[in-house]
Amino acid sequence: MQIYLPIAEMSVNIFLILGLGGAVGLLSGLFGVGGGFLMTPLLIFIGVPPAVAVGTQAAQTVASSVSGVMAHMRRGNVDFMMGTVLTAGGFVGAGFGVWLFNLLKYAGHIDLTISLGYVTFLGVVGGFMLAESLPGVLNRRPVALALAARGPGRHLWMQALPFKMRFRKSKLYVSALIPLAIGTLVGLLVAMMGVGGGFLMVPAMIYLLGMPTQVVIGTSLFQITFVTAGTALLQATVNKSVDIVLALLLLVVGVIGAQIGARLSAKVKGEHLRIMLALIVLAVAIRLALDLVITPSELFSLGGGDGS
Amino acid sequence: MKRLLALVAALCMMAAHARAQDVPLVADLSNHLVAITTGFTGTDVLLFGATDGPGDIAVVVRGPAKDEVIRRKERFGPIWANANAATFRDVPSYYRVASSRPLEEFAPEALLSRYQIGLDAIHMIDANENATPESNADARKALLRLNTENNLYDQGVGAVTQMSNRLFRTELHFPANVPTGTYLVEVYLFREGQIASAEIVPLVISKIGVGAEIYDFAHGKLAFLYGLISVLLALAAGWVAGAIFRRV
Repeated sequence: MQIYLPIAEMSVNIFLILGLGGAVGLLSGLFGVGGGFLMTPLLIFIGVPPAVAVGTQAAQTVASSVSGVMAHMRRGNVDFMMGTVLTAGGFVGAGFGVWLFNLLKYAGHIDLTISLGYVTFLGVVGGFMLAESLPGVLNRRPVALALAARGPGRHLWMQALPFKMRFRKSKLYVSALIPLAIGTLVGLLVAMMGVGGGFLMVPAMIYLLGMPTQVVIGTSLFQITFVTAGTALLQATVNKSVDIVLALLLLVVGVIGAQIGARLSAKVKGEHLRIMLALIVLAVAIRLALDLVITPSELFSLGGGDGS
Repeated sequence: MKRLLALVAALCMMAAHARAQDVPLVADLSNHLVAITTGFTGTDVLLFGATDGPGDIAVVVRGPAKDEVIRRKERFGPIWANANAATFRDVPSYYRVASSRPLEEFAPEALLSRYQIGLDAIHMIDANENATPESNADARKALLRLNTENNLYDQGVGAVTQMSNRLFRTELHFPANVPTGTYLVEVYLFREGQIASAEIVPLVISKIGVGAEIYDFAHGKLAFLYGLISVLLALAAGWVAGAIFRRV
């Protein structure tokens, strides 16, 4: 059965969309990740214009993170002060990202930028995850522990920065510039690549800021919810690239998939999960990298202003 | 069956009309409005008509004109990136030509070029300053090829069926990705290398229903409101789903 997507201006098989949404939702529930980094490239693979894929994914990420942040708020696992600073940075980055996205779209380089961005981030994140999980399985000594043991406070240059703020919940006294910079980078990723950015923010919060792990997930979800909501609003107003029909289709099955995935994850070993996720992430990165390197069968492409 | 009867009746009347009034060519479409609804997967429109005697028919369908940018990938180190672009002004977004036999068998090239009949006759001028005739020709070929692959351009030889030198018909296909706007269906009657008669029938392709309303809402002055509703819907959906699954 075909359904016409009004903003993407294309007709797609509804079961393909539901299948993709459900599968990515299942993975995101299973691994506790946002799933945007898989959904955006998949949408582009099936022919959704990159701008619409990125804009719609921002709206969908709002839905998938809001129930998480509310659960963490009930348990008191959100550092609102830190979350607000991260969100402020996120808005700056998102605004800049939407502007840059438009600029690159009209120059004809947006596909390449998105692909390069994904290859870089997925390659790095997948590589780290694999490096961190493999020793855990092979000789039971994760690198993460070694890294965490080194702990915060080692970054002396950070202590020298101005605008210090006290973050009570995180028990930190650091310069506001650091969370602001992290937030800005994440906002840029949301606007340009349609990802929540949790995969970048969570390690940065743990290793760079030295936040206690129990508030990291809740606080990052807090930032992601607000920044993706702001980005979706901006993309809808400036680029007209949020397809609400596509977003709703994806999020209905995505939410169900995520719940099933979360239940399944209790039955699978954590280390094996991480290795599986790392392999999936690396596979997407390699696929995108190959597309950039292999001589294309069609050298020409059409692109009015729509970047497709 | 009813439609077919009506069509036959219409054709007979047109043939009679053509002879009585001495009009060399009459043509019409089975449908003057193509509605793109939520379940739209493409459609066929029947073009039918009558002539007052023998002759060759060429049918040209043109979609709304738009500017097309063609990009060519080039190697930069290990990766392939878009390099030089050609910009063609006012190229038809949709173009379909149908005829009973190859165009060059019954029409001189000068006429085909003047009326832009046939894929090779579409006028395309590269608006870029540093365009060369070679790059222009390459980009032109690429535009024709890509649009043909997307089912937006087509040249159908033998797609027009003629009956007893009087009646003719052809099916015009509009794919799912058809651009919206006002189309012109041009019907030419060729005799002895000249255009004996021509007729133009307009065809409107527009979005109808919920999809159209969403599109207009998102692209109109209230785009911000559309974004706000989208975000609120996403928030509500996520919150409701979370609440439901927490109970289970």
